[in-house]
Amino acid sequence: MSALFKARRALGLCFSGCRSVSQLAELPDTHQLLRQTCRDYADRELTPIASRLDQEHAYPAKQIEELGAMGVMAMEVPEELGGAGMDYLAYSLAVEEISRGCASTGVVVSVNNSLYIGPVLKFGTAEQKKQWISPFTTGEKVGCFALSEPGNGSDAGAASTVARQEEDGWVLNGTKAWITNSWEASAAVVFATTDKKLKHKGISAFLVPMPHPGLSLGKKEDKLGIRASSTANIILEDCRIPLDNMLGPRGAGFKIAMQTLDSGRIGIASQAVGIAQASLDCAADYAHKRTAFGAPIGKLQAIQFKLADMAVAIESARLLTWKAALLRDSQKPFSKEAAMAKLAASEAATFSAHQAIQILGGMGYVTDMPAERHYRDARITEIYEGTSEIQRLVIAGQILKEYQQ
Amino acid sequence: MSGRVLVGVKRVIDYAVKIRVKPDHTGVVTDGVKHSMNPFCEIAVEEAVKLKEKKLIQEVVAVSCGPQQSQETIRTALAMGADRGIHVEVSGKDYDSLGPLQVSKILAALAKKEEAQLVILGKQAIDDDCNQTGQMTAALLDWPQGTFASEVSLEAGKVKVVREIDGGLETIKINTPAVLTADLRLNTPRYATLPNIMKAKKKKIANMKPADLGVDLTSRLEVLRVDEPPQRQAGMKVETVEDLVGKLKEAGKV
Repeated sequence: MSALFKARRALGLCFSGCRSVSQLAELPDTHQLLRQTCRDYADRELTPIASRLDQEHAYPAKQIEELGAMGVMAMEVPEELGGAGMDYLAYSLAVEEISRGCASTGVVVSVNNSLYIGPVLKFGTAEQKKQWISPFTTGEKVGCFALSEPGNGSDAGAASTVARQEEDGWVLNGTKAWITNSWEASAAVVFATTDKKLKHKGISAFLVPMPHPGLSLGKKEDKLGIRASSTANIILEDCRIPLDNMLGPRGAGFKIAMQTLDSGRIGIASQAVGIAQASLDCAADYAHKRTAFGAPIGKLQAIQFKLADMAVAIESARLLTWKAALLRDSQKPFSKEAAMAKLAASEAATFSAHQAIQILGGMGYVTDMPAERHYRDARITEIYEGTSEIQRLVIAGQILKEYQQ
Repeated sequence: MSGRVLVGVKRVIDYAVKIRVKPDHTGVVTDGVKHSMNPFCEIAVEEAVKLKEKKLIQEVVAVSCGPQQSQETIRTALAMGADRGIHVEVSGKDYDSLGPLQVSKILAALAKKEEAQLVILGKQAIDDDCNQTGQMTAALLDWPQGTFASEVSLEAGKVKVVREIDGGLETIKINTPAVLTADLRLNTPRYATLPNIMKAKKKKIANMKPADLGVDLTSRLEVLRVDEPPQRQAGMKVETVEDLVGKLKEAGKV
């Protein structure tokens, strides 16, 4: 498959442009089959257990391994390293369908693919890829991404975790916060400052195995949503790692983080679209069945307008997400589009989930129906991997650059 | 044993869909309705692919009879591990009247043409529930049959089949070439892996028409009318056994 893609890229701008446009209108056969396969898996294996996973805060270990066997945990990774060797459009489709079944499972998949494997694939040496990627393709092991700290989230350049170089290794000290997958992870990409004076240009990226002496986990956060995925602090106290564990050049950490998050945004946008779609599915089904004033409530314009608004928001977000993925697959700049996708999708998710509860009325407020879980799951998508405010800054920055005199 | 296995896969309305009868009562609504591979055919494909993985057979060929969309079903079989596909194109009125007799004639012709060692089918399709195609195919080929298989093992020149029958389990040993039909507990079909979905794109699907195989599609059946099953009436509760017997006598049941 990778040979086929190389040939396609070689055919130049025009061809890839045509391919991109028609793919927005209708997916190629392979991607349709892939989407259907993921949807079937989600319908049969995730939807039936999603409510219990949420109530028990239970990590879906079996399902993550099954998804690993399907190739979903390492979609972009070349086959030689144990991955599925697919493109980002395929990845977006997979995350959307999985998140539609269970949003928590979706974020576990997304973080492993985009935030953990992503930077190692892009910036790692051949040896690092073998050691830190291949074991993480099967679902048996997952990784995490440790950038945020108790003192800084959006202000990523102000990292206070330090890495001190000693003769035989790096020594890390500091605390990372809000780390998804932390309790199940076997490795982390950790960002720490190696030169405080250089501010954000002094941050470097490191690969840290888990568990490891000097690394401990904080308590699992008790979250509003995505409760089947673990979120916790990672505390580093004289945590020693070999010199070879630096990822990319010294001082490139901030750049690595930002580029990684660009791709991660496509994953989270896909997750949000999946949650939004699940809300629409729930609401539209209910509109057919629930009768009031002598007819199914789907006959009432008030309900119809809500469904239409939800559908437009979802489809718009989905197309933005696909466009960002297609641009990335064509190796074109995609930061603006990825930010737009994440912004649109997360707001579509919270909007759709809100409207779904409204359509379900009292039934939307109880755990018997999934609408309340979608509402709780959707909320985080406007916050993690770059808040909606940060996305707006990224988009505006790109626009102003385009219009520069 | 080396050799080729022919697996029949049928495109049916998805098991989760609520079926609706057409207003003119000539059939059920299929337009715009989700279709997928018949679940028993999935089990048949899985068994064939497992035999290939155990190196007991060399090639798995997936066959489907139907309109253009049947190619999607074949592609799913390819993604599960079949090596190549054959699409026998049947559409329009011919497809509406396509039944086990015609399909078994097609499969028998293909089994001979492909020199198959085994033909594996699902025991029945979830749309018509006929449970005839496997048996008819074996009869047309004059091959032994192992139907309702819950366990299959290949030995030199023979197949041992454990069959699920009303009384329990029956184990038979039949000579190859043979026809097998898969029952529910034969295996758990795999989800296609994403790399296999991509590889499936390169696998060939041959196209042909029933006439190419010398098969006459004329049906010997005519569908007169299709109706929904009668609505279930509410039951009634009684206080004592005497009341129950009384009510049954009233209804003329006893």
